[in-house]
Amino acid sequence: MRIAIPLDENKQDVCLVLARAPFFLFWEDGVASVIENPAANAQGGAGAQVAQFLVDREVNVLITPRLGQNAADVFAVAGIKIYKSTEKAAVEQVADYQNGTLAVLTKFHGGFHGIR
Amino acid sequence: MKIACLSGKGGAGKTFVAVNLAAAAEHCTYIDCDVEEPNGRLFLKPEKIQSDVVSTTLPQFDAAKCNGCKQCVAFCKFHALVYIKDKPMLFPEMCHHCGGCALVCQMGAVSERENPIGMLERGQHKGIRVVTGVLDAGGISGVPIIKKALETASGTTILDCPPGSACAVMETVMDVDYCVLVAEATAFGFHDVKMVYELITLLGKPCGMVINKETEPYLPLERFCDEKKIPILARIPYQPSLATYLADGEIVAELLPHEQARFATILQKIGGDV
Repeated sequence: MRIAIPLDENKQDVCLVLARAPFFLFWEDGVASVIENPAANAQGGAGAQVAQFLVDREVNVLITPRLGQNAADVFAVAGIKIYKSTEKAAVEQVADYQNGTLAVLTKFHGGFHGIR
Repeated sequence: MKIACLSGKGGAGKTFVAVNLAAAAEHCTYIDCDVEEPNGRLFLKPEKIQSDVVSTTLPQFDAAKCNGCKQCVAFCKFHALVYIKDKPMLFPEMCHHCGGCALVCQMGAVSERENPIGMLERGQHKGIRVVTGVLDAGGISGVPIIKKALETASGTTILDCPPGSACAVMETVMDVDYCVLVAEATAFGFHDVKMVYELITLLGKPCGMVINKETEPYLPLERFCDEKKIPILARIPYQPSLATYLADGEIVAELLPHEQARFATILQKIGGDV
């Protein structure tokens, strides 16, 4: 079971965006690792790029505050489960997920496609 | 000779100036490149319309041939592809139909299919060939339609540009001989016309200014034209009567002799055929 959470610059808090989060927290069998997000500085299409990154890393569960439709489509095909993060620190979200207190994320935004 | 009418700001009078320049030229081609909202046809009411579908291509992927090397995903700078399960998944709205994914595929797993995005209408209004590009509602980019529309240019050609100063405008003015900048005598009109001026200056295009709907001279615009030595081709005062003609879809250069003279004078100043 591999869990991924987008991380802020401080590498502790959940980042408000998924595709351009500077880091990801990966959690597997009680071991945490922090890895740079290769899509963070993409000119466009960061959502698709981060989706490829998480699929390649064989993530099973993603915990994120929000998610674009394109990435959601990829995760649906890949069978990655999506949960909505709360305001707690990232590592605490893992415990909440394991206790079954996190809600499933079902609403996705349309994506910005380079428009800011 | 190709003459483009552009303004940056929407509603400044691009179509008004373009349609009436075409009417004053009498024998010419009018191309509406404002493919998201082409409205020159509301005035020119072209007859004998011939419509052709404009398509781009989108890649499709054969899972049986794909070996999962992800060369196509790595190649796509627009990130329109994600490799998942047994083949790449395409996000069509991000694809720029460059064909690169098919080129890099060693397995021949990528083919292309037609993707209709809009129409090109060709018709006639008196001596004017009227060409209208129409992007399907919800379409992301009208540039391929603009390219197709521009292929129809011949002789004196008046191009009605899209608003703004982005890709679609750049595509339209790339090959023109002259730009007519249509500016409202307001802070907003001035702000946006400066942006298109910057664009066409980069492209090295000669230009002149038509100041439209003027109630009194807007001094920053006057100073700008003076400083940049931009000739003022015409000043069209704000007149409710003109607005009424426009709302009725009338071409004033065909109805009113003084308006015909105004637009014929602009053409003479530009050096086009009258």
